[in-house]
Order: sequence, then C-alpha cells, then structure tokens
Amino acid sequence: MGGEKDLEQLKREAAAKAKEAAKKRQAEKAAAEAGGTREPVKEESEKATPANEEDDLAKKKAAAVAKAKAAAAAKKAAMQQGAEGEAPGNEEDDLAKKKAAAVAKAKAAAAAKKAAMQQDTAGEAPGNEEDDLAKKKAAAVAKAKAAAAAKKAAMQQDAEGEAPGNEEDDLAKKKAAAVAKAKAAAAAKAKAAAGGAGAGDDEKAKAIAAAKAKAAAAAKAKAAGSAKTGGDAEPDETAKPSINQPFLDKYTKVIEKHLGEGVLEESYINKLSKDVPTLVAKRDSYFKVAEFLKYNEQLSFDYLSEIHGTDFETHMEVYVHFYSYKNSQSVALKVKINRDQPEIESLQPLWEGANWPECEAYDLLGIKFTGHPNLNRIMLGEDWVGHPMRKDYEPYDVEV
Amino acid sequence: MIEDLLYSSPGWTNVGIFFLLGAALLMVVLGFVTYAILAERKVMGFMQLRHGPNQVGGRWGLLQTVADVLKLLLKEDTIPKLADRPLFILAPIIAFAPAFMVLATIPFTDRFQFADIGVGLLYYIAISGLTTIGIVTGGWASNNKYALLGGMRAAAQMVSYEIPLVMSVVGVILLAGSLNLNEIVEAQRSGWFIILQPIGFIVFLIASVAELNRAPFDLPEAESELVAGFHVEYSGFRWAFFMLAEYVYFFAMASLTTVLFLGGWLPLPFLGFIPGAVWFALKFSLVIFILIWFRVTFPRIRADQLMEFGWKVLLPVALANIFITAIVKQLFFM
Amino acid sequence: MIRTEEMLLNVGPQHPSTHGVFRIVLKIDGEIIKEATPVIGYLHRGTEKIAEDLQYTQIIPYTDRMDYISAMTNNYVICHAVETMMGLEVPERAEYLRVMAMELNRVASHLVWWGTYLLDIGAVSPFLYAFREREMIVNMLNELSGARLTFNYMRVGGVKWDAPEGWIEKVAEFIPYMREQLKGYHQLVTGNEIFMNRVKGVGRYTKAEAINYSLSGPNLRCTGVKWDLRKNEPYSIYDRFDFDVPVSDGGDAWARYQVRMAEIEESLKILEQAVEQFPKEGAILAKVPKIIKAPKGEAFVRIESPRGEIGCYIASDGKKEPYRLKFRRPSFYNLQILPKLLKGENIANLIAILGAIDIVLGEVDG
Repeated sequence: MGGEKDLEQLKREAAAKAKEAAKKRQAEKAAAEAGGTREPVKEESEKATPANEEDDLAKKKAAAVAKAKAAAAAKKAAMQQGAEGEAPGNEEDDLAKKKAAAVAKAKAAAAAKKAAMQQDTAGEAPGNEEDDLAKKKAAAVAKAKAAAAAKKAAMQQDAEGEAPGNEEDDLAKKKAAAVAKAKAAAAAKAKAAAGGAGAGDDEKAKAIAAAKAKAAAAAKAKAAGSAKTGGDAEPDETAKPSINQPFLDKYTKVIEKHLGEGVLEESYINKLSKDVPTLVAKRDSYFKVAEFLKYNEQLSFDYLSEIHGTDFETHMEVYVHFYSYKNSQSVALKVKINRDQPEIESLQPLWEGANWPECEAYDLLGIKFTGHPNLNRIMLGEDWVGHPMRKDYEPYDVEV
Repeated sequence: MIEDLLYSSPGWTNVGIFFLLGAALLMVVLGFVTYAILAERKVMGFMQLRHGPNQVGGRWGLLQTVADVLKLLLKEDTIPKLADRPLFILAPIIAFAPAFMVLATIPFTDRFQFADIGVGLLYYIAISGLTTIGIVTGGWASNNKYALLGGMRAAAQMVSYEIPLVMSVVGVILLAGSLNLNEIVEAQRSGWFIILQPIGFIVFLIASVAELNRAPFDLPEAESELVAGFHVEYSGFRWAFFMLAEYVYFFAMASLTTVLFLGGWLPLPFLGFIPGAVWFALKFSLVIFILIWFRVTFPRIRADQLMEFGWKVLLPVALANIFITAIVKQLFFM
Repeated sequence: MIRTEEMLLNVGPQHPSTHGVFRIVLKIDGEIIKEATPVIGYLHRGTEKIAEDLQYTQIIPYTDRMDYISAMTNNYVICHAVETMMGLEVPERAEYLRVMAMELNRVASHLVWWGTYLLDIGAVSPFLYAFREREMIVNMLNELSGARLTFNYMRVGGVKWDAPEGWIEKVAEFIPYMREQLKGYHQLVTGNEIFMNRVKGVGRYTKAEAINYSLSGPNLRCTGVKWDLRKNEPYSIYDRFDFDVPVSDGGDAWARYQVRMAEIEESLKILEQAVEQFPKEGAILAKVPKIIKAPKGEAFVRIESPRGEIGCYIASDGKKEPYRLKFRRPSFYNLQILPKLLKGENIANLIAILGAIDIVLGEVDG
C-alpha cells in the first residue's frame, strides 16, 4: 500500500512538471505569435492561465494494441501537429519525452483517459486561449492495450462539442512510438484529430505507453491534476481530491439550494467504493431528498440500482445507490434510522424498482417502509419469527 | 374375403371371425405403435444429437417400448380423490375406441381392407371427431385446472381444424368423384393428387398435424405451459390409452394422407413389380418421418394464433381450393 | 344458464417452465390472466447471513450458488468488491484469466437461456444444440477451475488456478467453432415464422418503464439503452477490448432475444482479443495477506453479469469477516416487472415473457 502511494506521488510530480512545461510552451507560442517582441504578454498570459488551466480539456489517448494500419494515420496526425506548432517548444518537447518514457503500462494511460473524460463532462469554461502543446513520445513495448477507451474518450468529447467559442488550441499530445508488437491505436488518434479540428479545440493528450513497465506515472497524474477545478494551477501534492468531488459539490449545492440547509446530515466521497459521491440524508428529509434526486433536472437520477438496509447495532441504515442515465453519474444515498422502531418512507412510489428490495429489507431486517403498497415478507414467509439479518437475531425453534 | 363376410348372413361364426380379425389388427396396430414410438425417439435422437433408446433390446433399443408398456401396466392406477370417477375411467376409452374404429376403412392395399364402404372418407372424419369428446371428458373429470385448460384447448382446436381438414379433401373428392377410399386411390392412376391438389395437400397436412395434437400444434398437452395438459392426472394404463389413441391416430392419419394424396398402394411408373404393400409402407413411412421432423423443428404455436391461423388462413385457402378445383375440373376433365 | 368464474391457478413452484422453484399465482378468466402474484423465496438460503460469519475467501463458494448459470461473474463481483476496498492491483495474467472465464461463462449462460427459452416455447431441439456448445465451455471451465458449475475459481487478488497447458489454444479453437454454430442457430430459429409470432410484441415495455423498474442487462438494452457496465464503467481490463454493446429498441421478447444473441458474438470478440493479448507468464495472484481484511468502511461495486447488473455491497468493520454483505441480484430486480407484463396476457405468453426475462431462481431468492 505504501509503495503505491509513493508511486502516486511520483506520478503527480511528473504531471506537475509536464504541466508546467506545457504552460511555458504555450505561453511561448503566444509570444511567438505576437512576433516575439512583447515579453510582458507572456507574463500576462501566464498569470491569466491559472484560472483557465483546469478547464483545459486534456484528451489523452492511450494508443495501444490495434491494427497496424492505424500507424499510418497516427503518423499523419503527428505530422499535422508538428506543422502546427512544433518550433516554439523544443525543450519542452524533450522534457516531455523524458517524462513519457516513464509512462508505462497502457492501462495507466487508459486510466488517464478515463479521468480526462470525466473531467470533460464536468463542464469547462469557454474562452481559453492557451495553447498547450505537450507531445510525449514513449516507447511502447509489446501488447499495450486500451485503445478502446481512448477511442471512447475522444468520441465522447467530440460528440459533446463542449464550450462554444473556444479558441484554445490546446494540444497536449503524448506520443509513444511503439516498439515491438505495438500496433498503435492511432486510428483513434486520427479520429480525434479530425473531430477536434472541426470543433476548433484541438487539445489532445496522447499517451502511448510503454507496456510492461510498472510505473504508471505521468499521464495518470496529469489527468488527475488537470481534473482539478480548484482554481490553483498546480496540482497540490498533498491531498488529492477525488475526480468525483465536483459532482458531490454540485449535488449538495443543488439540494441545499432547493431543500434548505439542513436536509443532509453529511456528504462525502466514498473512496473505498470507487469514489462514489455519498449523501447522508436526515431521517425526516430522506424521501424529499430522494424525490429531488429523481425529479431535479440537474440530477435526474432515474435509475435505482440498489436499495438495502444494514443493522449497525447503534442504528439501522438504508443504503440506496442511484444512477442517472441522462448524466451518467452515480450517487449513493444513505439514511440512518432508529433501530428500535425502524420506519422510513418507501421509495416505491418514485422507483418501481424499489418494490421487492424494500420487501426484502422488511423481511430480513424489519424495516417498515411506509407508503409501500404491498410490504410483505417476500423471502421467508409471513409466519417467520424474527428478522435474520439483525445482529441480535436468534433462530426461533418451537422445540427449544 | 372380408367383403363376402360383410354381406353374408349374420351368425356367431361371423362374429368370431370379425373378432379375431379385429384382434389381429389391434396386434398389428400395437406393433406399429410400439415401433412408431421407438422410431420417433430414434429419429428425434438423431436429429437432436442423442442416441435415443439403445439399451433394452440391443443396439437399436428394439424392446424399449415394450419395456415401457410393461412398466405402465405395472404402475399403480391412481384416480384423484376429487375426480369425477366414472367419467375419469370412461375418458381414455372414449378417446381410444374411435381411433381404432377409423382403421376399418383404410385400404392398405387393393385387397387388404376391412370395410370398403362407400363413404369411407366421411366415415373416417366423422368418427375421428369423437376422440375430442374423450379428451375433453378426461380434462374435465380430472378436476385439475391444467387438465381443464388442456381439454378446452383440445376442443377448440379440434373443432377449428376439422373444418379445413374436411374442406381440403373436398378437392380430392371432386376429382375422384367418390368418397370411397378405394376409388380415390384408383383415380390416382393417372397422377397422384399431391400433384393435382398441391394446395389441398398442404392444407390437409397442416390440419392433420393439428388434428393429431402434435408439435407445433400440441397445445392441449403443451408441457411447458400446462405441464401435461388434459392427461396430467392420468397415470399407468389409463394414460397409456391416451398415448395409444394418439399414436393410432398417427398411424391412421399417415395412412389417410397416403391414400388421399400419395396414391395409396400405387407404384411409381416402371416400378410396378414391387408389391403394393411395400409402396404403401414406403409412402406411409415418409409421411410419418415428415411429421416427426416437424416435431423436432418447430416451436409451439400460441392458442390464439392457432385459431386465427385455422379460421383466417387455412379455411379460406381450402375454400378457394374447392372453387379452383371445380373450375379446373369443369374445364379440363369433363 | 351459463356461469363463468375466475379461476385461481398456481403455476409453480413445481412447473416445467418456471426455471426452478418460482411460483406465480394467477387469476385467470379462461386463459387470460387478470392478475399475477409472484411468490418467491423457496430457494432462499440466507447467503448474506451466512457470509457474516465467514472470511472473504470462504464466501466465494456461496456466490457460486446464487446465479449458478453464471457463477464466474458472481465470483468476480465479491472479489472485485474486496479488491476495490483494499485498493489491490490484480496481476495482469489473472485479469485475463478472469475475463476469459467470465466471458466463456457469459456465452454458456446465454446458450442455456437460448436453449431453455425455446424449450419453453415448445421447440426441443435447440436446447440440445445449445447444450452441445455449452458442454464444451463447461469442460474448458472445468479444466480451469476443477468444477463444471460451481467454479469457486476467483480469489481476492487474482485467481486460484493458472490456465493448464493448451487451455488458451482450446479457447482459441472454440471461438470460430462457436461462431459457426451461431449461424446454425439463427438458421434454425431466428427466422422461424412461428417463433417470431410467439415473441414479437410479447412482453413489451418502454425505456422509461425499464429504467423505472430497475431492469438491467439485456432486459434494459432491449429498449434501446446502450448501457453495459463493461463499457460504461469499465472494471477489470474491459477497457482494453474492442467490442460493441448490442441494443435493440423493440422492448419485447424478440428484442431481448436479438440482444442476447448478439451478445454472444460480442463475448466471442472479447475472448478473441483476450486470447491474443494473453500474457505468456506472470503471477496469477497478487500479494495478499494470508487473512484478508477489508478496511473499515463500505463499498458498493457493480459489474455486468449475463443477466444484468450484479452488485456487491460490503460494510466492513476491519475484521476478516464482512460486517454486512449484500448482493444486488439482477434476476431479483428484473423479475419485479413480471406482474405488470402479465396483465391481460394468456398463459402461453406467461411462459414466453417469463422466459425472456431470463431469471435464475438461485439468484432471485439469494
């Protein structure tokens, strides 16, 4: 575990460096565009960037396995990129290259992509002017994978066509030359390039990773770093907020705005559970919150994935996991209820899918769901004595 | 020889002879049923990547059905407590008797026939309809909901498909100019009715499968829906009677198809040296095989679709066939 | 005087087409269903209660017995939940073995569905054809895990057994063979007029209903929701494979049939890529402590089983046994829509609708 943390640290550092380099380069380019005379502009733009930094879309592609034919497309894309703005940033390129050598295992790249993707969906501010070119070339050995994810990420981004009026030309490309078997998944790259050019924003982070090397490194860290919406330009090394933090913030903000301050007992990111935003509602506002989660347009959690109860001895807890097909987001809603008189409103009127699971919770834990149309002992039958999933359950036996 | 007996003056000798002949035919039919079941299981087995029976009676499982029947005989005879006892006992007999009766008119060869009556075809169709009563009675008397549903389905299905069945053979009757099965066969010397009556044949084939309650029309005993349908409460030899009735009908219907559309015992051109009985057996086996093939291939049709198909498709087609046949006959055969 | 009355018909718990001990009480008028009340619980074994006294590794065999048609995915979901909590990285070779096992099992599961569904509809032969191919898969999984049905193959941090000599080749050989057989399946069944009549428009529901009733898997995808956890929330190494998520928009049994058949092909695609990329060597089990303890806290993970979204919730107090274990069992959730679908249908359609939902009773009852 400790080792892994170190790794993460390393990654983050690497990312920070890469980012800085990219920024510098971008500024340089701006300067070059201005004729190379106006130094202050550079300064200015550098100062200005932090605010926008986090918004910049970083598309990262982990090129991996995939067909050889893709290689050609990749080359083409690379050339295009080169023509666009290679000159002003040679040192950075070198730097990036070095960094990317550390980039490893394709799966790391995939993770980066995922992160990037998520960030994209978070909604970016328009009006960036930065020109973040960071090309990274890494040697990719062997069966590198994750082309699919890359493709998906790119496609999603293109499809979303986010942030109208973007003029940024944020190219962050990490290219990994594929050694050995590496059949670069460059088709995806080409696709993204085409789409990006059309949309006007052209930021790409192509990470083609070296396989088999263990350190996941730069790409991941960078993605994580850029995902931050905090406003500070540098990813801080200490506490890395989850990529789902903005969602949680959004949920709590919207809920508190509409339902008042005191409806939520607590809200946090559950790091153990794939960083799912978790809301703990107060007993009295549970139904209201659930209803709101379903019907609010910004939230619209139309799918109830799971509902069950747990006996924590001090209290009972109902855990509900929602999903929104509209926004592709998850949220967990919990509520603590009195153990001696476990009663809570039923969610069945909101989600039909809560019908049987609530019966199950009633059967096994004795939680009464008020407003449920047909609360019965679905598993054990009506004549069963006791609720087995309670921690103090004693099996009832007539003969004893 | 049987003809002579029919027209001779009645007496105990006649009765005895007829009884013996009847028993002999029953034995033949039982033998057929035994091996039809085996054949069906074997053919189905081969089509379904299985071996079929291969333990009892050698490699081909020749005694498997015999063993099965023996088992059925030894089985406890159960009658549900709340069943309508007399009807429950009567039902298998009502179902089986007509199945055996219809065999009397079928000409297996030009000489091997029990009763050469003038309205042989009509007799067959009329008598075969009686079995339905046995099935409905069985379904009702069992006092079981699945059985009742099965019995009701059987009644609806039989009534619906009897009509296209009859209508489809009207074309044959028109061309042959007779209801006598012998004459129908003789009328096919110039060409089998399967060629002259292709539409009639198809309608007849479909309707006959439905009449037989075989897949894809096995709704009355649809095992996946009604468990076993009308005979769900039957066991032992009473159940065997239903089974027997089913397979005797199988035998009879295949024979009738052969007689009506495949030229009965008539040989193919230039192959007249092969005896008629062999020809009949060959054609008959072909029909049997096709019916088994159906069963292996098709899913079951749904009750409402069955009705719709019977009334809205088969019946109009059969009626149209009658008209076309009449016109054709008027134009070319008069 | 003709008197008609409604009849109460008990279908199950012993019935050929309820796929186990599922019981449904029907109020019928003739053959038309007025009201249907499902009764479940006949196979409830209290897996979750038992699990509270077991160590994590000991729970795995119990998961085999929930969705016994597709035990690999069940194995996976609990391991995945514990791994997520512990932050364990699973060795690559193990991931590939897991994915291959799961996809093989998915194909097998869909084959069982295909066969039994047609058996329900009245065609016997497809069942035997499907089981011929399934037998091959089961044999392969047997070689891998030592069991044909209740595999108990996966462990927290990897898998129990490495692939035996020549196993990968067998899988590789199986893929084209299965593709060929699939063509045969389609020839035999897919275009059959009777079959189409039996399934088209039967058990139809809309996208909104499907989501509202918490349906998942093919039952959801048949309404046009392109949603597959393997694709949308990739776990394990599914993001490395190029495959499609088949959808259909009919929302009826026919659409579900199409989706499942297409899913077999997609699983074969994944298998093909997995065989190609399979690492020649490497560990099959991560370095895990002898006694696995999930950190204090709770986690809910969900993955895609052949029947839909199978989830596992673990609340841990840091001990070697889970404080509370809860499975989100897709069949249980999927079955909820049944009473709604059955209203006004006839008994033949009951079988066609129930079969198309594809339930496994071990999973429904938990």
